[in-house]
Amino acid sequence: MAASGTVKSRDEIIADVQDVLEQALGADPGDITLDATLNGDLGAESIDYLDIVFRLEKKFSTPEKPFKIAQGEMVPENLMTDSTLVVDGKVTPKGIALLKQRMQHLDLTTFESNPQVDKLSDLFTVKSLVDFVERKLKS
Amino acid sequence: MRWMWIDTIVTFEPKARLVAVKNVSLAEEHLHDHFAAEGGLPAAPVMPNSLIIEGMAQTAGILVGSVHDFREKVVLAKITNATISSDVRPGQTVRYDARIDRMDAMGASTIGVVSRFDHISNRWTDIGSIELMFSHLDQNMGGMEFPEENFVFGENFRTILAAAGFGRFQQPT
Repeated sequence: MAASGTVKSRDEIIADVQDVLEQALGADPGDITLDATLNGDLGAESIDYLDIVFRLEKKFSTPEKPFKIAQGEMVPENLMTDSTLVVDGKVTPKGIALLKQRMQHLDLTTFESNPQVDKLSDLFTVKSLVDFVERKLKS
Repeated sequence: MRWMWIDTIVTFEPKARLVAVKNVSLAEEHLHDHFAAEGGLPAAPVMPNSLIIEGMAQTAGILVGSVHDFREKVVLAKITNATISSDVRPGQTVRYDARIDRMDAMGASTIGVVSRFDHISNRWTDIGSIELMFSHLDQNMGGMEFPEENFVFGENFRTILAAAGFGRFQQPT
């Protein structure tokens, strides 16, 4: 663990995120590579995201700076139920714009060409969590 | 009727900790099958570990539910970790000491210690730990709607709470 007041390096963040995923998902450490998807490769289910959020908050909070993840900050909320964001199983341009604005840790490059909402979970990779934490720690 | 796996609540620290106990009795029919005499081996009645987990889930579930005065429908969503190293036998008492680890609008995680009281040696022994995740149902089902009535915290739970002196918790109508 980094001493309080010091900034964690990307390698330290990667190791901490891998530790969180090992604990939350019971995943084999060797499987938790940066490009592994949480759902497809590591078997995460919806409740696991809350577990991951709780564990990330605990892992990256310091006495000086609490690490608090707001609802809908890491994972989009209620996308499926908003008819302006998803039409016929595809995320609309408005939905894409919203994702880009709010989910800057997600790489939407490939997703944009065929934005099927059921493929959205593939964007949640180990790397996306590392990027999320790194960006948030700097803010 | 809900199958209750705690007998009474012995300690309650609001929003933080709840401790419940259960007396294990040979009058519980399932103990005669778990395990019955077989193949020359004598019967070995022990409380199934799955029901020890349920007992902790009920204890921790009441604790999580109490935070919002039982307005939320709190359901067990995940057994994060469960380690139970010794058996609980008829005549012994099992104690569930549950604490809230983290909680937000979506749900909560709890950590709990399982202990066993043996009336012959007159001693408590810690025999395990159980970590659980609870979901607030109405917050997590992507727009699915559930009945207004809180079917999670029904009459049985209110009876246990009232008997333990926590009768101020009433299900909102």
